[in-house]
Amino acid sequence: MDTLSYMVQALFNTAVVVAVALLLPGVINRTRAILAGRKGVTMYQHLNNVHLLLRKGAVYSSTTTFLFRAVPAVYLGATLTALLFVPVGNLRPLLSFEGDVVMFAYLFALGRLAIVLAAMDTGSSFEGMGASREALYGALVEPAMFLVFATLALITGYTSFADIFGLCRGVESQMIVVLLLVCYVVVRVITVEAGRIPVDDPRTHLELTMIHEVMVLDYCGIDLGMIQIAGWLKTAAFAVIAADVMAYALWYNIALVLLAALGVGVFIGIVESLQARNKLSRNTTYILTIVALAMVVFFVAYLLQHDIDIQ
Amino acid sequence: MNWFITDNSAPSAELARIPELSYAEFYAQLCAELENPACHLGELFAMREQESRLRIFALLLDDTTSQVKICSYVYPYYCEDELPSIAARHPQAHPFEREISELYGIRFSDSPWDKPLRYPARRAVQGNTIDNYPFYKMEGESLHEVNVGPIHAGIIEPGAFRFICHGEKVLHLEIALGFQHRGVEEEFLRTDNRLRQTLLAESIAGDTAVAHATAFAAAIEKLSDCPPDPHSNLDRERAVALELERMAMHIADTGALCMDIGYQLGQVACEALRTMTINTTQIWCGNRFGKGLIRPFGSHYHIDQEMIRTIRSNVAEIKRRYNEVRENLKDTPSVLARFEQCGEVSLSQMTRIGGVGVAAKASGLCRDVRWSHPWGEYLRIGHRPIVKRQGDIMARLTTRCREVLQSAEYIDDLLSAMTHDERPTPAPRFDTRLAPLSLAFSLVEGWRGEICHCAVTDRQGALACYKVKDPSMHNWLALALAVRGAGISDFPINNKSFNLSYCGHDL
Repeated sequence: MDTLSYMVQALFNTAVVVAVALLLPGVINRTRAILAGRKGVTMYQHLNNVHLLLRKGAVYSSTTTFLFRAVPAVYLGATLTALLFVPVGNLRPLLSFEGDVVMFAYLFALGRLAIVLAAMDTGSSFEGMGASREALYGALVEPAMFLVFATLALITGYTSFADIFGLCRGVESQMIVVLLLVCYVVVRVITVEAGRIPVDDPRTHLELTMIHEVMVLDYCGIDLGMIQIAGWLKTAAFAVIAADVMAYALWYNIALVLLAALGVGVFIGIVESLQARNKLSRNTTYILTIVALAMVVFFVAYLLQHDIDIQ
Repeated sequence: MNWFITDNSAPSAELARIPELSYAEFYAQLCAELENPACHLGELFAMREQESRLRIFALLLDDTTSQVKICSYVYPYYCEDELPSIAARHPQAHPFEREISELYGIRFSDSPWDKPLRYPARRAVQGNTIDNYPFYKMEGESLHEVNVGPIHAGIIEPGAFRFICHGEKVLHLEIALGFQHRGVEEEFLRTDNRLRQTLLAESIAGDTAVAHATAFAAAIEKLSDCPPDPHSNLDRERAVALELERMAMHIADTGALCMDIGYQLGQVACEALRTMTINTTQIWCGNRFGKGLIRPFGSHYHIDQEMIRTIRSNVAEIKRRYNEVRENLKDTPSVLARFEQCGEVSLSQMTRIGGVGVAAKASGLCRDVRWSHPWGEYLRIGHRPIVKRQGDIMARLTTRCREVLQSAEYIDDLLSAMTHDERPTPAPRFDTRLAPLSLAFSLVEGWRGEICHCAVTDRQGALACYKVKDPSMHNWLALALAVRGAGISDFPINNKSFNLSYCGHDL
């Protein structure tokens, strides 16, 4: 493949992922609105809202330092970089190298570290609580992410997203169940990473119950806009990976990947309409259950891969 | 035992007939009666009878006999003796004693916590301000304080909540109120215009307009020499309005609880039903919260056949749909996981702090004025309170749910009982003379619980003292107890499950 067509493909890939990121919040909101019996806002209302934020300046609390001001950029930058590793189906992403799955996971960890530090920087007791919760859940969900990546690497033999989804063709039929389970785990990880019900409620107004939202309470204007965009990108990155895995198990097609990624939004919307949030202390159990499931998936894949017969 | 014994439907009492005891006698007999769990303090307030004379009245409510027992003691205004505190033995007296001590500087020697109640303008110690209040403190490396309020991030009223936490666990919650103080009780005395006073009663707590206005109207009617026309539908109309208000607020609270746990289905269903309920009130009287509906001696909004049909069909539809929501909530595991075994208040705690209303009933304490001290139409209905035992959020929610269905039945019953062959409901009267030197009280079960209004008149028959007690006065302490040991993130749903009034407390 020559460099030019490679670049074109990579840019197209990135454009698709960004498109998913911009569409997903609308899909989630619309699903919730329909299930609530409401007409709902337009699909692009969140874009209007953030557009408004981006045109505003920022106000900073006098207790904060430069760290607080730098964090939105770091957070958005880390998320954006992670996004560049994500392929849509067998398209080539902009960035890829062997072992980039680890880079991907730790770019999000970097973003999380930044936002936790910024929350602590404000000195607010609310934000401190949010930071402590975010740090705990982030640490707990990390094994699930790595087990998912390890399972994919095990099945395909590659350790970069581009190769996992791009190079390998066809999968043995017994692996399909494993892949669907991987897909399920990734969707569940989204609820933790993106702070959706049942882990967190992005729409709540109750600071004492918030996790992600409470950490960004002191941000406004352009900073808040950047943090919100980063949130969309993060959700989209995971949604596209979940969709990739599903397409990988069933039928390879970019349109299918796109639909599946938006389907993740529908799934989140349905869960948020029909289920209440966890009690905060139950979140740890919820996340550890995801990790346990990821572990089971990994071992099943291992047994199947090596044709080990358990008698 | 030296009491003036009366009940909730009796006319006013002449001040001279209310026994005037020494504080020692007063203290002894009140403490003795409060040992009985069926008795609780309905009101304990001081009024300045003459320049140098404070008279303190106590209203003791006996649930088993439907009696209201009244007695009083006199305390020289400029006296500085310390008195033994009733709250030290019976914590339910604490808001009343704190109020007396705050207003008149009476010191109770062994008072458990003489914390200012609401910082009125004419408080005894002007140096105590809401800004310099020293919150309760706990020291320790591993403890942290979280302060919430007094400015609410959303749209509700102001109140300061100071949590002392160990990690996520709440060790202690202190609630400081008074930010909403408007001087309502003094405003009643500042005008002789009965209509203005009625409007004032409606505005004591915006979400309890009907119940407070009913209490005011009843107190005035008891003080007047002409009783309201017994053949009209007035009592029935008032009961319908009160039950509609109860339905609307309980449905709204169900929805709000669902919202706070992120359960969209329950939230949107209840929001729609609540709108339907308050719109029914609006069709009737032009105001969704029933303002303008309750007036002394009569009403401007006579219920005719057409209106009976409308209210009946709306209420039946609300009842049917709300019952579906109720079943759904009981069958949704994620909802039960949030509400059950969360924010428990035990029966003994509730009895000691003198809890009332929904919160008390959820903890197994049967406190319902419609049952224990019925008035008007409730004498005929024979209300049976709904009592749960668990004392958790789920119990408070299910009590509400069942009360909505019960209220819907009562409304249906009241509408059927309305007589139509007679003249329409009389027009309100604002010009009646009040009996001089008398005390009248009225007890009304608002949706939160027991509301008590007390009016005392002077020699000329003008109001000399008007006391208002919102059920929130009793129940704020229950909230603090409910979250003790719970996760701090469960505070909002606990708060919502009590849904207490700030302005009703702060007056």
